[in-house]
Amino acid sequence: MIDTTTQRPTRTIRATVNGAPVELVIEPRDLLLHVLRDRLGLYGVKSSCDVQVCGACTVLVDGAPVSSCTTLALEIDGKRVETIEGMATGNDLHPIQQAFVDKAAIQCGFCTPGMVLTTKALLTDIPRPTRAEIEAYLGGNLCRCTGYWNILDAVEDAAERMAGEGAR
Amino acid sequence: MTRHAPPTDTTSIGHDVPRVDAVSKVTGQARYAGDLQVAGMLHGRIWRSDRAHARIIRINLNGADRIPGVVAILTGDDIRGVVPNYGHALKDRPPIAVDVVRFVGEPVVAVAAETLTAASDAIALIDVEFEDLPAVVTIDAALADGAPALHDTVHLKAGLYHGLGDLNLVPGNVCYHHAFARGTVDDAFAEADIIVEGEYTFPAVFQYAMEPHTTIAEWIGDSELVVRSSCQHPFLVRGELADLFGLAVNDVRVIVPFLGGGFGAKSYTKMEPITCCLAKKARRPVRIANSVDESMVTTRRHGMKAWMRTGAKADGTLLARQVRAWFDTGAYADNGPRVVATGADAAPGPYRWEAVKVDAWGVYTNTSPAGSYRAFGATHLQWAGETQIDEIGRRCGLDALQMREKNLLEAGEYVRPGGKPLDADLKGDIRKAAEALDWGSPKGPHVGRGLSVGLLAAGAQPVSTAIVRLEADGSALLLVSTTEVGQGTRTVFSQIVAEELQMPMGRIKVIGADTQNTPYDRSTGASRSTTLAGMAVLRAAREVRAQLLAIARKVTGLPDAAITLEGGAARHEGEAWDYPTLIRKHFGMVGGELIGRGEVRPEGNDDGSYAAGPVFWEVCLGGAEVEVDPATGKVHVRKAVSVADVGKALNPRLVEAQEMGGAMQGLGNALYEEMLFDATGTLVNGSLYDYHVPTIADLPDSFSSNIVENGDGPGPYGSKGVGEGALAGIAAAVATALADAGVYLDELPATPERVWRGLHRKQD
Repeated sequence: MIDTTTQRPTRTIRATVNGAPVELVIEPRDLLLHVLRDRLGLYGVKSSCDVQVCGACTVLVDGAPVSSCTTLALEIDGKRVETIEGMATGNDLHPIQQAFVDKAAIQCGFCTPGMVLTTKALLTDIPRPTRAEIEAYLGGNLCRCTGYWNILDAVEDAAERMAGEGAR
Repeated sequence: MTRHAPPTDTTSIGHDVPRVDAVSKVTGQARYAGDLQVAGMLHGRIWRSDRAHARIIRINLNGADRIPGVVAILTGDDIRGVVPNYGHALKDRPPIAVDVVRFVGEPVVAVAAETLTAASDAIALIDVEFEDLPAVVTIDAALADGAPALHDTVHLKAGLYHGLGDLNLVPGNVCYHHAFARGTVDDAFAEADIIVEGEYTFPAVFQYAMEPHTTIAEWIGDSELVVRSSCQHPFLVRGELADLFGLAVNDVRVIVPFLGGGFGAKSYTKMEPITCCLAKKARRPVRIANSVDESMVTTRRHGMKAWMRTGAKADGTLLARQVRAWFDTGAYADNGPRVVATGADAAPGPYRWEAVKVDAWGVYTNTSPAGSYRAFGATHLQWAGETQIDEIGRRCGLDALQMREKNLLEAGEYVRPGGKPLDADLKGDIRKAAEALDWGSPKGPHVGRGLSVGLLAAGAQPVSTAIVRLEADGSALLLVSTTEVGQGTRTVFSQIVAEELQMPMGRIKVIGADTQNTPYDRSTGASRSTTLAGMAVLRAAREVRAQLLAIARKVTGLPDAAITLEGGAARHEGEAWDYPTLIRKHFGMVGGELIGRGEVRPEGNDDGSYAAGPVFWEVCLGGAEVEVDPATGKVHVRKAVSVADVGKALNPRLVEAQEMGGAMQGLGNALYEEMLFDATGTLVNGSLYDYHVPTIADLPDSFSSNIVENGDGPGPYGSKGVGEGALAGIAAAVATALADAGVYLDELPATPERVWRGLHRKQD
């Protein structure tokens, strides 16, 4: 397909985003970050470094954390995408979100969505991580405000909460 | 972290109240400038110079203007003779390059298009023909005889907020000179038994606020301007934009949503002028959102070189210090003059001197402009000064703690003549840090322990206002223009209102900065918000409290002393009149509101403590224990210690959060971070791929944050600010700890290579 305004090629993709089916006409070069934000209004996906270093744009694709700034939207065709907007159930925060609130692991909040989603991937893979394992997973998520200590606490607290109530 | 039991005499102040914005941030609902949509908004992108100093010969659009969706293209031709230069300190910068570029990264062409993609496609087509001019990309080159000058300095005009006395500019590349002397330094050095002297280099550093600079400009006709921007100082931006475009300040509206970090990177005016010019040309609202790479060349910390000598008697009594420091402000002054003045002010350190002499200069170079970054001035020089104090101690047989116990100023002594006397217990503070490091306990080989202490003149100008509106249903609106940059200001201000009006936190809403709807606040920075804007909030709340009591007196017929405010109601012996009842009786209907107004200005404080300046002395105190790998030079931080001398912690957990974050930035500044410019003035590590920001894997083994509450601050409930001290304190403590381990550095950051060389130089 060719877009009649831009004269550029397009593709149609189908995916599940935060549990809901979506169908989108995109350009093959479109980044997942921009499609999620500008087409689907998911502004919790944050844009910062553009080079897959900072983790602010992290989303889960079929459960795995990816940097949406360096992922083509084409790559989610047929897949399941989860953003921060899909974490809470109504007004009930996910235990990871609640742990970040309770442990004061949030300051400016710009890294928070990516931190929470990477933590979800971590705790799915390793329900009771060691500090070294936390550092390995969250080493790809920068935070300039907190100095990380409270984030470390929040991840450990979330692991305990989730072990207590069974994985969600 | 040592925790006290929560206080029993307050309901909110002194408690670890959770952040009021935590849920909106953890669910992704919090909105930042890049998330806002304005009807008809276009997206702007910028073509930036790849030359450090050059004349623009021709701009070739190569069809950029024919890309579908491109609406407007702005170049220097559009503003030459129409829009003047801006700059809050010195008006030295055009919104977009006019005829000449002065650094790699300077905006030359700006494109506005219906989509970001179209704007980016257009930018990719553009090329610019330049005629190179001689460039000076280092301080030494800029100061050399016959060096080409970046600006016609003699004819530069002061900006609206220069505030540092007469310009006294001479031809050349110096944009500011700050000098002072007390006593006669030559005589004092003549008395000295020990003199330590050295030259030091501190790198340019990127603040890295995770949210890059983002601005949306919207013109309403030609005479009204609405700007939504990620800026820390909305009222100063408003003033500069009004001045730049010849508008009244009430025709410029600056709205600031949540900020994704600031750290000084978003202080004063940054991307607003170019965005406003582009929107004006497009006759549509435009957003320009920098990438991080672009923000790296928008502002940075000043690189610095300094010469310093310190003299003492044989028993370790300090006598004199002399400092010369040159700060690289890049191609435009930005906040350079203030950074130079603050750095000079902090250079002597908090010691008792017979004589000091300090000269500091701000120097233009053909590199990206430098401005504010958390704890500027102190971070630049504290490590050098503290390393010299320790070296004197080593030569006279005193350890770091003994040297400071002997020489530190006491509370009430003058830090500088005419200024505010010291309002902190530095000796008590440093003992706390030493204790947290197990000072004096045995340590292994290649392990060093260091302390450092400095003072930062905090608060900037003490002008803040606030309004509290108590609504007819008993909820409250707090109008205050301090920006929520992550520090938790909305939470602390809500606590103050909750305490004064004895109402629940959940019924208070803070309306963020919007210059059309929230009252004046000078700025958000310099650790000033809790102390100054917080005091305005306190006074506004107390005005409402007085109104409530007056109404209650009238309604009940009881005297003031018989009425208490508690749990959202006036109470007397088991009877209660809740606030909605009182307000209804006052207005005779369900409606109306009680309005309280609070103001802080230099002579406004009862004891006059704002008048003499600074508002307070921020203590920059740190301790560190490091271990050096002699084979690789890699530094492992075993312990980091901060001491927050805050007068009164209104929210201890938020104080700790400031300390933890500041400390980590201090470790970054000391160990990793350095912007590297090559001989052509190009930033060679200009992305986060090449520039290392500390990660969770860089944490020290332990961190100890210690809060000191002596009630000696000028802010609400005896508080004073926090936020910058840990950065300067920890960075300097790492340097003194490295020296203790035998690594003498005259250059930061302490990269493995420099540490390895330092270690082996010592052994030679």
